[in-house]
Amino acid sequence: MPTIDLARTPVRKLNNALHELRADTNETHWRVLNPRGLHAVAVGIDAPVRVDIEGHVGYYCAGMNKRAHVVVRGNAGPGVAENMMSGHVHVQGDASQAAGASGCGGLLTIDGNASARCGISMKGIDIVVKGAVGHLSAFMAQGGNLVVLGDAGDALGDSIYEAHLYVRGCVKSLGADCVEKPLQDRHKAVLRKLLAGAGVNGGIDLGGFRRYGSARKLYHFHIDNVGSY
Amino acid sequence: MAQDRWIHTPPRKSATFDDYSIAEIRRAAATGIYDIRGAGAKRKLPHFDDLLFLGASISRYPLEGYREKCATDVAIGTRFAKKPVRLKIPITIAGMSFGALSGSAKEALGRGASAAGTSTTTGDGGMTAEERAHSTILVYQVLPSRYGMNPDDLRKADAIEVVVGQGAKPGGGGMLLGQKISKRVAEMRRLPEGIDQRSACRHPDWTGPDDLEIKIHELREITDWEKPVYVKVGASRPYYDTALAVKAGADAVVIDGMQGGTAATQEVFIENVGLPTLSAIAPAVEALQELGMHRKVQLIVSGGIRNGADVAKCLALGADAVSIGTAALIALGDNDPHLEDEYRALGTTAGAYDDWHEGRDPAGITTQDPVLAARLDPVAGGRKLANYLSVMTLEAQTIARSCGKSHLHNLEPEDLVALTVEAAAMARVPLAGTSWIPGRAG
Repeated sequence: MPTIDLARTPVRKLNNALHELRADTNETHWRVLNPRGLHAVAVGIDAPVRVDIEGHVGYYCAGMNKRAHVVVRGNAGPGVAENMMSGHVHVQGDASQAAGASGCGGLLTIDGNASARCGISMKGIDIVVKGAVGHLSAFMAQGGNLVVLGDAGDALGDSIYEAHLYVRGCVKSLGADCVEKPLQDRHKAVLRKLLAGAGVNGGIDLGGFRRYGSARKLYHFHIDNVGSY
Repeated sequence: MAQDRWIHTPPRKSATFDDYSIAEIRRAAATGIYDIRGAGAKRKLPHFDDLLFLGASISRYPLEGYREKCATDVAIGTRFAKKPVRLKIPITIAGMSFGALSGSAKEALGRGASAAGTSTTTGDGGMTAEERAHSTILVYQVLPSRYGMNPDDLRKADAIEVVVGQGAKPGGGGMLLGQKISKRVAEMRRLPEGIDQRSACRHPDWTGPDDLEIKIHELREITDWEKPVYVKVGASRPYYDTALAVKAGADAVVIDGMQGGTAATQEVFIENVGLPTLSAIAPAVEALQELGMHRKVQLIVSGGIRNGADVAKCLALGADAVSIGTAALIALGDNDPHLEDEYRALGTTAGAYDDWHEGRDPAGITTQDPVLAARLDPVAGGRKLANYLSVMTLEAQTIARSCGKSHLHNLEPEDLVALTVEAAAMARVPLAGTSWIPGRAG
């Protein structure tokens, strides 16, 4: 297993080595030591490999990830897994703001809490947060699923498009055009699958979730809706 | 009777409540909604027409017009990028989205730019395969909306442009109305077909100059430090924005003045927010010079560039290159008088058509209607754009030679004077016939 110690090796060298990997590489499991809050660790990977990062990371860890399974054994700074296309990014601690921002695919799992704007502009990514999320999470969320086992802060789903939001705890307030919708069996099936992907198998009452989505009243600019903005 | 004519007071219209203002009040009262349109500021502003070149004299001798070389090449991204962009001419094509523009228009821009040896730029909505195929040098924009953003296209690009703002609407986002959201546009942006698409005004994952530095670092890491990273801002605080972009690690800074076009924004925004292009160059150059980065971090200026004289004036004030958008669309056929009957049917006239957001462009440029878009032949359009770029370059060279310059970048502020006090103050060159630069001590 290749092991890169970021106390001795620059991030640039790590990323460059990960970018060189081909789909049929034998180096499928990497270990990264001493990330020490460094930024842009393991960004832009496009290979089916696993990268275990042993510690806290700074901004944009696993940004624009494709196919890789990146595990952060610590906390993650802003923009973890931003614009992810596919694969799985798993933060075992807390995540700062804009986790999964504009993500297009794949799964982001956060074992702890996520700060403000979690899932902002999400475009197809699935995000499972086992703790709480901060204000303006799923702002302008276009697609994908945001599952929150804890509470959600102010203005959840503000100006949301077609993303699905599932929250088990309290929602402090909903943003413009975001409304509660019925949680049907098909939604529970989606939830079950998402939770299983995030390592939550059983022990959760799916009926305890509430589902939120777009009222679609702001899809066309209309003068009668100016009070909503 | 003759005496009565002297007594009669002729009708007098107000300079304040002019015909346009009155019409706007009536329109607002009737509709309850502000006016949205495309293009940039239309009001009269201090501009490059207010500057003149001095040309050669006893103390400066010129270069021979049709014999002696006047180079036009420029490299962008020499600060950090492993692969700087190398252009034959210092005139680039500004970012305009597939969505705002038809696919054939984007292809024509790529063809024209490539034939002229320069770059074109994507826009809000991502990169199309046709655009990439027909653009030898393509700049990929990273915008707040992140519509169409993906790492594959990022790697395919020749340079990356982080868009903070644009001159027509510094601090504003955008709205692409539903009639332009075709199936393909919707799929690229991952939004439902036919809905109004709001483009965000802030980036989702960074705020402020310190974050921007880390964002640029991430983009460089993803692309292995190969590609130049530009930062584009609308002209509002050009001194500080340029300094902050340099501090954040930009290879190039793009300053877009308020005459720069947009696909759609409120008229009140376009006409009342931002700075004229003329006033934005000197402060940006000053910031670069103070940081020791002039000519090391390239400065690209856009907003109302129309001809080779404008190009030469921008470069003389210290820019490394210019960028054109509206002018490129006009070269493709936008607002062409031969479509006058159709413009009239839309309630406008050739030269004034700016409802680019409505998607009914008879020239087939600012539309997603396949019938209208088919009117624009991308090969012929590309040829027109290449011709236009060639003429602009020749014009700039003509002026540069008259000033004795063997490269367009050798033009300097000392070659310029201003026709008005305002232009002299903004461009920081002397009022013609004087040595007076308003605002400058001594």
